[in-house]
Amino acid sequence: MRRPPKDTLESFRKISRRGLIVGGLQAGFVGLLGWRMRHMQVDQADQFRFLAEENRINIRLIPPARGEIFDRNGVAVAANEPAYRITMVREDAGDVDAVLAQLGKLVTLNPEEIERARTEMKRSAPFLPVTVADRVSWEDISRVAVNAPTLPGVTPEVGLSRSYPQGHDLAHVVGYVGPVSERDLSRYEDPPPLLRIPRFQIGKVGVETKLEETLRGTAGAKRVEVNAVGRVMRELDRREGIGGATVQLTVDSQLQNYIQARLGQESASVVVMDVQTGDILATASSPSYDPNKFVRGISVADYSLLRDNNHRPLASKTVQDAYPPGSTFKMVTALAALDAGVMTPDDTVWCPGYLEVSGRRFHCWKGAGHGHVNLEQSLRESCDVYYYDLALKVGIERVAAMARRLGLGEAHDIPMSAITSGLVPDKAWKQANRGAEWVVGDSANAAIGQGFVLTSPLQLAVMTARIATGHAVSPRLIKRIDGVEQPSRAGELLGLNENHLRQVRRAMFSVSNNRRGTAYSARIQAEDMRMAGKTGTSQVRNITAAERARGVTRNEDLPWERRDHGLFVNFAPFDAPRIAVATVVEHGGGSSAASPIARDVTLQALYGEDPPLDAYPKKDRSKIKALQERLARERPLNGASGQEEA
Amino acid sequence: MSYLEYNVKHVPSGPRKVLYLNWPLAILLASVAAIGFLMLYSVAGGSFSPWAEPQIKRFALGFALMLIVALVPIWFWRNMAVVGYGVSVALLIAVELFGAVGMGAQRWIDLGFMRLQPSELMKITLVMLLAAYYDWLPIKKTSRPFWVFLPVLFVLFPTFLVLRQPDLGTAILLMTGGGLVMFMAGVHWAYFAAVLAAAGGLVTAVFQSRGTSWQLLKDYQFRRIDTFLDPASDPLGAGYHITQSKIALGSGGWTGRGFMQGTQSRLNFLPEKHTDFIFTTLAEEFGFIGAFSLLTLYALIIAFCVASALQNRDRFASLLTLGIATTFFLFFAVNMSMVMGLAPVVGVPLPLVSYGGSAMLILMIGFGLVQSAHVHRPRGAI
Repeated sequence: MRRPPKDTLESFRKISRRGLIVGGLQAGFVGLLGWRMRHMQVDQADQFRFLAEENRINIRLIPPARGEIFDRNGVAVAANEPAYRITMVREDAGDVDAVLAQLGKLVTLNPEEIERARTEMKRSAPFLPVTVADRVSWEDISRVAVNAPTLPGVTPEVGLSRSYPQGHDLAHVVGYVGPVSERDLSRYEDPPPLLRIPRFQIGKVGVETKLEETLRGTAGAKRVEVNAVGRVMRELDRREGIGGATVQLTVDSQLQNYIQARLGQESASVVVMDVQTGDILATASSPSYDPNKFVRGISVADYSLLRDNNHRPLASKTVQDAYPPGSTFKMVTALAALDAGVMTPDDTVWCPGYLEVSGRRFHCWKGAGHGHVNLEQSLRESCDVYYYDLALKVGIERVAAMARRLGLGEAHDIPMSAITSGLVPDKAWKQANRGAEWVVGDSANAAIGQGFVLTSPLQLAVMTARIATGHAVSPRLIKRIDGVEQPSRAGELLGLNENHLRQVRRAMFSVSNNRRGTAYSARIQAEDMRMAGKTGTSQVRNITAAERARGVTRNEDLPWERRDHGLFVNFAPFDAPRIAVATVVEHGGGSSAASPIARDVTLQALYGEDPPLDAYPKKDRSKIKALQERLARERPLNGASGQEEA
Repeated sequence: MSYLEYNVKHVPSGPRKVLYLNWPLAILLASVAAIGFLMLYSVAGGSFSPWAEPQIKRFALGFALMLIVALVPIWFWRNMAVVGYGVSVALLIAVELFGAVGMGAQRWIDLGFMRLQPSELMKITLVMLLAAYYDWLPIKKTSRPFWVFLPVLFVLFPTFLVLRQPDLGTAILLMTGGGLVMFMAGVHWAYFAAVLAAAGGLVTAVFQSRGTSWQLLKDYQFRRIDTFLDPASDPLGAGYHITQSKIALGSGGWTGRGFMQGTQSRLNFLPEKHTDFIFTTLAEEFGFIGAFSLLTLYALIIAFCVASALQNRDRFASLLTLGIATTFFLFFAVNMSMVMGLAPVVGVPLPLVSYGGSAMLILMIGFGLVQSAHVHRPRGAI
């Protein structure tokens, strides 16, 4: 049956009309799509291109090599040595357990570390390398490299690790580095991105942390193309970092090594300072510790051993500990009195063995008294009564002012950790801190370096250097940074009367060269090396009247931690001073524990090597010879000291 | 319904039919498919496997199918419309009962040599059925409520089945495609106005239903709508696809980043880069020029179909041609809107370009019908 033509025609017209309408709508929509395309691809292209680049390009920092540290003679103190580690990529390894088992046959794996690596591998993307063994020896690395075909996904990697060739000797000076902690980051308002690099190490203690910015260097960067899951596809370009600056210390590592060995297991500290330039030639604190252990990550057992040792190996005693200076403070009192004009060097004071000060009896160390004492005798024999008398005449304010002029009570600016400012007390200080009036008794105590006065060995060395030169010499620890000589700390003239200084130096000379001097037994025989010094004993206990009455208990009979500290300060050679030395032996029992060490150190520093025996008095020579031989055995050449910390 | 209804006097017969094929249309289809091969080669990182090679084979098969379908007289296909629709519905029900689950939705049946998506087949058979229906229906009855209600059922039944899979993209395509065929068949304006008003109401209801016990869409569908409305709200989650797609498209600029140089696709920032988001790769690598060229090719395909339909005095043939063109249009319009951030991500492939067997073969069969209509069109005066 044929369809009626009319119907067909009508239907055709309708379909054509509606078809055109729909076709028109479609054309319109195509136009809209085209317009949208143009808008996105032409008008907004730059913006989207930027986003695409941001997507694909990752900037990875390249850690710079840390600046190396040398001693004043160019001996390495902190170096970067290659550190080998073994990493594993999960997706390349395939069967992780099998590969680890195979690897375990070649090198010793730490089960703890393996467990940690396994968890990390499960957590992170399969293409990221995970460290399975750190600080692997060169032999192990070679074995892994040779067997590479049987170890899919395993790669030996090399990085730089900090090492301290001087070991114990300079631990307190250079300190050590360690991984960046939350606390390190919190010190920055906006932490440098470099610190976020995994395994990046930052200075924790000592010069390493104080000169962190100098040593760290500038990060390099490489731009890499990554895909959506972060896999690196290729490196686009790379800019190497700028290594940190090379730092040269003023310390002489050989002298430092000698002193550490000489101090042995004593809880003691020695500062050797160049009186002309302020250079710290040695700052030794004993016992010490091995900073390399901290870089590797010290074990809990090792750490508690260090922490719980009552000789405090971790403390940097030369700068962070303050002791009552004892009689070594007497030069300060004497110079204050001379400067104030309240006495002359020849004025004498009668010492009956004590002085009555506002109803309280202040004892001289020598119960029988010194009789008539002038300045030289007072220092030589360390008469206390003489200084009680001076204190009453000159007053605490002028003593405190002189102490500050000589570098006490001030935290000297050297890049070591926890530098103490010690304490130079005066009336205002006592009022503010103790809420009490200053009394004359306080002045009497302060005059002989007891009571409130506290000084660090570094401050004592500075004081001695200033007395020796008359200049406001300050300590300097950094000699050069990247070869640039750092400013001298020689200082201006102190403006003290040269005659007064000469009298005090003269008296200090008698201390160790006059038969009646307190340090005569520790004198130097060599004519041109002779030293001027001052002994000090700082009391740890109080001597009660009752004890005094029945006779003071001898130090040797006391438990170690209640014995007196022994102190000695000196400069040498007397005629043309080159070095100032401050020695403190904690609980050494008295200054006789410090002065022989000071003499050995002084001679070692002046000669630059083991001094000839004839520099010592005849009767000491055999003992010194034995000591030198023992120390020579304990000190391997030019190296880390053989001793282990207690 | 017989052979005699057609004015066969001028209809070519035998092998000569090949000369009467709509060759420009065939060439356009082949060009679009070639762009597809190129892009599949590119997203595979410069390799024919795993996508370009099977796609070429499928297109070859599809092209052959198109020729076969084209050479079979159009009246045969008209008679097959009801059968085709019935088979499609049966397959959709089969999928519902024991179809394989892929990408969280039941969509295909494994035939061994290929995976058949009945919903794809339905897009063509629905158009066929509607065209045949309006061919059969006396024109006066076209707008009568009962005769309008009937085709609406034809449309809604498969739509409902597809929605259950769930496949929102295909459901929208079926509904819109069916509606447009009815519109072109001449159903009265008022029905469409009413439906649009109702749709407005429904959209409101859908949004109102969110979070209630009678929620009308799945959560992921709601999230896709959210993402569409504000991709930045969830740049690493659901919004990731749209954001990355827009970045890729926009970064192409005028001339693109070069063949196989598209960083977004090469570095896997683009999702589904060989299927739904392949247009983005094209736009990234060949820029506005490349993307607009493809759009132009698509527009030309539609234009050739419309032209062919307008020349054709046969009601079934023109409606079928227009319907298939419309379905084709909906495919690329929805896909492109989606990747350009104009529509939510609903999972509609780019026709003839996206990797995928069913869609390609069925579209080619659809164009075979268009060709058949073209070859067998009544010629001469009516």
